[in-house]
Amino acid sequence: MQLSTKHLLGIRDLKSSDIQTILDTATQFKEVLQRPIKKVPTLRDVTIVNLFFENSTRTRISFELAEKRLSADTINFTASASSVSKGESLLDTVNNILSMKVDMVVMRHSASGAPHFLAKHIPAAIVNAGDGINEHPTQALLDAFSIREKLGTLEGKKIAIIGDIMHSRVALSNIYLLKKMGAEVTVAGPPTLIPKYMKEAFDVRVEYDLKKALQWCDVANVLRIQLERQNQVLFSSLREYSLAYGVNKRLLDSLDKEIIIMHPGPINRGVEIDSDAADSKQSIILQQVENGVAVRMAVLYLLAGGKSEQN
Amino acid sequence: MKTILNEQQLSITIQRLIHQILENHIELENTVIIGLQPRGIYFSNRIVDELKKQVAADKIKYGKLDITFYRDDVRQGLHQLNQTDISFSIENKNVILIDDVLYTGRTIRAALDALQDFGRPAKVELCVLIDRRFSRQLPIQSDYTGKSIDSIISQKVKVFWKENEGVDMVELL
Repeated sequence: MQLSTKHLLGIRDLKSSDIQTILDTATQFKEVLQRPIKKVPTLRDVTIVNLFFENSTRTRISFELAEKRLSADTINFTASASSVSKGESLLDTVNNILSMKVDMVVMRHSASGAPHFLAKHIPAAIVNAGDGINEHPTQALLDAFSIREKLGTLEGKKIAIIGDIMHSRVALSNIYLLKKMGAEVTVAGPPTLIPKYMKEAFDVRVEYDLKKALQWCDVANVLRIQLERQNQVLFSSLREYSLAYGVNKRLLDSLDKEIIIMHPGPINRGVEIDSDAADSKQSIILQQVENGVAVRMAVLYLLAGGKSEQN
Repeated sequence: MKTILNEQQLSITIQRLIHQILENHIELENTVIIGLQPRGIYFSNRIVDELKKQVAADKIKYGKLDITFYRDDVRQGLHQLNQTDISFSIENKNVILIDDVLYTGRTIRAALDALQDFGRPAKVELCVLIDRRFSRQLPIQSDYTGKSIDSIISQKVKVFWKENEGVDMVELL
């Protein structure tokens, strides 16, 4: 039952048995969320701080809800409203918070590796809620959970990850997870947004033709263009990107099978995906959000439970 | 090692328990059965199978409850999770909780907590196959008892079921 790691820094550090445990545990929590009273007293004695150094809607609300459903005490911290803007270092900020007896840290930061750095210096368990362009493990877990719920298994399934592969932590975490669980992965997008040597490094297929990628896959995970992380011109305009790589209903209808559409949010409607595709029956975007709470409950439960009071 | 109940005794005991239940809950009107995961389910399945011979099957409301999230020892170790499946309301119902062995009473304490999240029952009763007397850590007792035994902490009560272990039997190890 216990995970092999103390923190959840990335999917990269997890064993496939850990992923299996998290997904199975999430199934039980999903049942809890269907009850008349959607709350269990499991983490009554645990205090969790949500450290968000970068903007977030879904992830922060989802984590906060997961914590409250587990009866943990929560503190929210947003960098813009804190002493970080007065020049306090990351380690100082966190150590000050921990001295108030906090057990777990859920953290999002724009610098890749920030949670890994903290994990080396503080005793509390850390959950990475997205670090720069590195990983976003809980998103990959909830994507996997949603695929498994829809298709029964991940093994042998064909997943296409479409869009800004280069700047997406969701893509990286998804690739690690899907490969560990025996799925086949294709990354698709314009050559400027797909790093070189993807095939060699991750054993994934690379496809530059959107329609071919969609025709191949069972599930298409469409990513947002991360304009805030692009400091050079990688495609001429959003309109041109949309024409070549935007997923829309007409394109989906032209395939000879019905594929599942996912998106980690936030959606830029009319850029990477059109409304007629995002709101179609094939889309499980809102189920992904719903499953996010159950998956995050599972992660927090597995990391917080099972440790005796000795430390 | 000592046999507490053999196959024949176990079968007679179950017969007695279902008749005691039916005596207090005529036709199981307004009564629901909830088995506790994981090991209580084998026992509750038997009880429900036998009840079906006495009462129309559609009168029997039967659910399964996993109490892992309500344990008071989460920080001492994680336990295997099992499915909870209660597909009916327990609001104002008579609930009969079913477990195989009643020992410290902590599982039942957690189960009572868990039940509250599904509604407010009119009454909760407890049915156990084996009651390990004098080892309770909480003020909890059963309403329907298969057999009461005296045991010490170092001993273990093991219930074997045909479905799982190939034989119906209760042993004191």
